[in-house]
Amino acid sequence: MKCHHCDNQSTVHLTQILNGQMHKMDLCEGCAQAKGVTNPENLSISNLMDKVELEVDSNAASMVCESCGTTHQEFKKGGRLGCEACYHVFRPVLDPLLDGMHAGTKHLGKVPAGSESRIQFEQSIHSLKKDLQDAVEKEDYEKAAELRDKLRDLENQTKATA
Amino acid sequence: MFHSILNKESGGKKQPKAIPVTLSTRIRLARNLRQFPFPGRAEVSQKRAVLSKCIDAMSGIKGLNNSISVEVDDLSELDRQILVEQHLISPELSQVEEGSGIVLTQDRACCIMINEEDHLRIQVLRPGLDFSSVWKHADELDSGIESAINYAYDGELGFLTACPTNLGTGMRASVMMHLPGLVMSKNMDKVINAVNQLGIAVRGLFGEGSDANGSIFQISNQQTLGESESAIIERLNSTLESLVKQENFAREKLLQDDRTRLIDKMSRAIGSLKTCHLIQSAEAMDLLSLVRLATDFGMMPEKFRGLADRMFIEVQPGHVQLSAGKAIDPSRRDELRAELLRNHFLRAPLLDLSSH
Repeated sequence: MKCHHCDNQSTVHLTQILNGQMHKMDLCEGCAQAKGVTNPENLSISNLMDKVELEVDSNAASMVCESCGTTHQEFKKGGRLGCEACYHVFRPVLDPLLDGMHAGTKHLGKVPAGSESRIQFEQSIHSLKKDLQDAVEKEDYEKAAELRDKLRDLENQTKATA
Repeated sequence: MFHSILNKESGGKKQPKAIPVTLSTRIRLARNLRQFPFPGRAEVSQKRAVLSKCIDAMSGIKGLNNSISVEVDDLSELDRQILVEQHLISPELSQVEEGSGIVLTQDRACCIMINEEDHLRIQVLRPGLDFSSVWKHADELDSGIESAINYAYDGELGFLTACPTNLGTGMRASVMMHLPGLVMSKNMDKVINAVNQLGIAVRGLFGEGSDANGSIFQISNQQTLGESESAIIERLNSTLESLVKQENFAREKLLQDDRTRLIDKMSRAIGSLKTCHLIQSAEAMDLLSLVRLATDFGMMPEKFRGLADRMFIEVQPGHVQLSAGKAIDPSRRDELRAELLRNHFLRAPLLDLSSH
């Protein structure tokens, strides 16, 4: 039987029962190790880290989050990130970790509707302001007036809902 | 004021009856605010800003209008210990120096930790097994708070948390289970291994590993990303169902194969609880566990199950001191603990073996 992930002969046969349904997966030794299924008890971050390190180039060692100062070494040692920006900075070392740690790598749960729309709103105000500044600098006053009106409408909208 | 909430007997009309095997259900949601470093990386001034922002956001929420908020460093050592023993806050939060807080409802069904590992840890708990109402309650609280606060959230990774193991839903769903059958039949290690393979974690609630005091374990989801909240709960639920079956099977088997020894143990437990004059909390937990087991077998009146659950908490060191009204040294605690148990089990009947 071939491995689910590569063409090697499978030696590890994983059976999971989810919601009463049986799911089977056949893996070769290497992929099983990489997925961390051979010993679920030891599925800890630092264990996974060691594996990941082999795959990530030496740039990882010098990674540091400019926003909060967390270094790759600190993350490796403590397993904790310092701020939301860390998730962008450490993404290359994080992605393979998440793959072994969780059921998937994409969020399928609750969406915080309020936060999302407020953040989008902030971002659109920010980009309108920037466009307005550009238009003024280029002396494109027609466009500037149009952007100014849009911005005013948006800002009035927040006052109305606030 | 805070003291009075902790001291209050949990109860009231709404409290569901204690059931065999499953003691309580809990859901915890980890959330962080945008634009503030996570607590582990934050200055005290930033933690204070987060604390006041969170408390402001919670002040108008329907589910929290009967709650009290307090800063951890304003609490006495004993109050913190009580909160830990009631599983309302983590031992980690009880140790923090400055800038952390707790919002606790009067009925203790909901406790929000502020500036623990994440800015917010929203917790909802309820006796028995009831994920649907606990999730609904936690979800509502979360949405209420979120209407006033911007959460750190990423479309792909979900709710951003200090530890990547909580990423995504930020949800840890758990139940406290009483598994004396699996412990006595020495099957607990096997069960822990099997359940771990399904992405479910098992840990002793008091004490460590498979030798947990009182045979009480916490079973929870390990994975938080890549599945919806309802899928996680469903998966956990199906594991729990099979755990309950395994436990009941182990109990029946013990009663069949080793009947006299098991009855001797349960019977002596009641004797010890009625007559002890010095007892440590670990021993007390194990005796109470046997009382709960005897009740599940129908050998003790139903009310002893609820009593055992209450005593599991009240025999803890902090609670013994709370009822004494002051800090006392361990040997005196053992004496007071024994007195408490003697009083409660004074009129406990002998095992009723008529149906077995």
